[in-house]
Amino acid sequence: MTETGPSQMSGDQAFSSSAGKQLGLYALYTLVALSILLYLLSVAAGSTAGGLGSGAINVERNSITITLREEPPQLDASRTTDASSFVVLAHVMEGLIAYDVDNELVPGMAERWEIRADGATFWIREDAKWSDGQAVTAHDFEFAWQHVVDPATASEYSFILYPIKNAEAVNQGELPKEMLGVTALDARTLEVEFERPTPYFDKLVAFNTYFPIREEFYNGADGRYGSDADMMLYNGPYVISEWVHGASMLWRKNPYYWNDQKGFLDEIVTAYITQDVNAKLNLFKDGQIVDTHLIAPMLPEAMERRWQIDRFMDGTVFFLEFNHRDGRLTGNYHLRKAMQLAQDPAELVYKVLKEAAYLPAVSLFPIWIDGVDAKFRKEYPPAEHHLDLGKAREHLELARQELGLDEFPPIIFLTGDTPVSLLAAEYYQELYKQNLGLDIRIDVQIFKQRLAKMTSGEFDIVLAGWGPDYDDALTFGDLFASWNLNNRGRYVSEEMDAQIRIAQSELDPRLRMDAFGEIQRISYDDVIVIPMYERGWSFVVDPRLKGFRRRAVGPEVDYNYAYLDLSGN
Amino acid sequence: MWLYILKRLIQGVITVWFIATATFFAMHNVPGDPLLNDRAMTAAIRSNVEAKYGLDKHLTTQYVIYLSNLVRGDFGISFTQENREVNDIIREHFPVSAILGILAVMFAAAGGVLWGALTALYRNRMPDYIIMFLVILGISVPSFVVAALSQLALVNFNSFAGRTVLPVAGWGTIYHMIVPAMVLGLGTMAYLTRLMRSSMLEIISSDFVRTAKAKGLPPARIFTRHQLRNAILPVVTVLGPAIAAITTGGFVVELVFAIPGLGRYFVQAVQQLDYTVIMGTTVFYGAFLVFMVIVVDVIYGLIDPRVRLK
Repeated sequence: MTETGPSQMSGDQAFSSSAGKQLGLYALYTLVALSILLYLLSVAAGSTAGGLGSGAINVERNSITITLREEPPQLDASRTTDASSFVVLAHVMEGLIAYDVDNELVPGMAERWEIRADGATFWIREDAKWSDGQAVTAHDFEFAWQHVVDPATASEYSFILYPIKNAEAVNQGELPKEMLGVTALDARTLEVEFERPTPYFDKLVAFNTYFPIREEFYNGADGRYGSDADMMLYNGPYVISEWVHGASMLWRKNPYYWNDQKGFLDEIVTAYITQDVNAKLNLFKDGQIVDTHLIAPMLPEAMERRWQIDRFMDGTVFFLEFNHRDGRLTGNYHLRKAMQLAQDPAELVYKVLKEAAYLPAVSLFPIWIDGVDAKFRKEYPPAEHHLDLGKAREHLELARQELGLDEFPPIIFLTGDTPVSLLAAEYYQELYKQNLGLDIRIDVQIFKQRLAKMTSGEFDIVLAGWGPDYDDALTFGDLFASWNLNNRGRYVSEEMDAQIRIAQSELDPRLRMDAFGEIQRISYDDVIVIPMYERGWSFVVDPRLKGFRRRAVGPEVDYNYAYLDLSGN
Repeated sequence: MWLYILKRLIQGVITVWFIATATFFAMHNVPGDPLLNDRAMTAAIRSNVEAKYGLDKHLTTQYVIYLSNLVRGDFGISFTQENREVNDIIREHFPVSAILGILAVMFAAAGGVLWGALTALYRNRMPDYIIMFLVILGISVPSFVVAALSQLALVNFNSFAGRTVLPVAGWGTIYHMIVPAMVLGLGTMAYLTRLMRSSMLEIISSDFVRTAKAKGLPPARIFTRHQLRNAILPVVTVLGPAIAAITTGGFVVELVFAIPGLGRYFVQAVQQLDYTVIMGTTVFYGAFLVFMVIVVDVIYGLIDPRVRLK
């Protein structure tokens, strides 16, 4: 049909214009039909998700709208392990001890406490109430803690209760749960016995796994405790009043909460579940959420818009972890030393990763860890590190001789598949090729596969990170104990183990901190790891919201002290 | 015809069983397991958790247990979403994906047929060139780019309008659905436009159309009765699989627009090696796809009198 004569052409045109009209008519029908369909579907969707979201800040209702990273799987504090649940629980529950706005420990459900070598006593405040108005009692803690270590609960965080007497034995099913060293002496006194001296126990009880559960309510929930808004009791500044799974939550001020220095907002709406930084930025720009974090490429625009950009350290330290198992190249001290001396974390952070909120790491212990009177790193400065290629090559030569090698075989460098870790891996590959002539073979694995290889030891170097569980140097300090399962490189040293034992149990704060100083020294001298960077984030908050906190320990975002200030300052 | 449907359903069940079995063994052969996490578990804690999920049993025993649960419609409990049943996850989140998917397919089908017919009608003229250029764009630009760009456009549009005309992300009202559905349906619409155009061109030059013209039938009647109706058949054929593909493949759009659909759980589960959720969603999606193909075959028989179902 490529040949078309003039007469046929005009016939064709008449046909197509007539058919075109018909088509236009159909298009109109379709549009109407689609609109009706859209309306019907939105009615159907209305029953699966609430149409919440009334802007970032609603002054009349004294409410804010935020995002959650993920849908909390469930909110039984004894079993939660994920960051998103930690955020929700931090607003609707409270432990015996809590953190104030400046990250200092302050009384929570307990009005005072005493920690001794063999145990601890907590006195519960009189006005501690559940969200149904009943008193929070010592028995609620006793029940909750027994519940955590009960093997049937299968709590993954049960280890954090192991300092309590018999906790480990109960968790292994060797003793009944009633044998756990915790007793409610009366309604308001909780007595704890220790397995070993635990001077940092006050910091532990602020953690989610130590939150209370009321026995009679738990039993009444018939195995569904924590799975829905009405399937749990609250004792924090807010209560969950609506929970549309996978979509949104509404937290309301808890009228029975004791502390008038916390929980200033009437409502917090978690209207969006997303981790996508671009989507969050767009929501923020559109005035739908009160805060969002920013990555490096977003900073120029943020500055152009004159946003107040804040930074915070999220607590995690990233490092190159060596495989110290027998038969591995990296078991050799001189090789590790050579690799340590041939790099400088400042170059990685400032010239390669270029994330404004990252900090070059100089120690296993991050910058915010507390010492006795000041910050730990101020009291115990880490070893001064300088790039020294001459010495590095000397060590490399020693390593070659000790290992009896003519040439080094390729070194297996295990890494995850995030953009940052890939960038870092390629940087080290190039760096060690140039500076030491070493061949690095990068092994990229997705999350679970990387963990599987870390556990079985199929690597020479792994790009790893560690974040804190509680606000004490020990959360980093015991990482390379020979018995710690998170010591994936299987570093074993009697000197290290001895210092960690002191750090765990020494009651004198100065002697205990000295031990951490030693741990820091050993980890540098013996090159257990090469610290890379401390992770931080840039973020922006709606200027009308004050008192918002991001934390390294505990919830990553904290609105407990947040309030609206419309004065415009 | 009923016999035919029954036969196809039995075949479908066998297909689904095959999918379930293959996924089960493939998944358990991937290195790592769902219990591995940043925090290493002590042997005691691990064995508590293993017992809870039945992972302490031999693989073939697990398979038998799994199949018998599957027959009863029980997909088990998620590993990463402790305490949530996979059935609950599917029940709560599939409707969202389905609504988004249906809307996207309707959008794609309506648009595809209309644009396709239009380009065929005006072939080798300006409307044809413009639409076909857009079609190439629609096919080749990946959905995450379109999604991100359209979201950005929404932000700018809203700030230009001075109020939130259309929400940037989220789910729940009619306004939340429009843009994500259009983005999700765009690729399929482009594909259908091309399909419709070529099948339309074939029909236009066929004998019965010429006969109809020679008989002096009014153009509108020739166009609807003889051309559109015949040309639409191939589009209907691909529509079934397209519904399944769109409904299950909305992950990127769901992520960008913060929509609580099932796609997100599916991808997360694969990354986290969440055995039960992988199995649940795969079998569910597999069954859905098989079912849609059967439905299309049956509908095809109704539309095209030449096809007889036996």
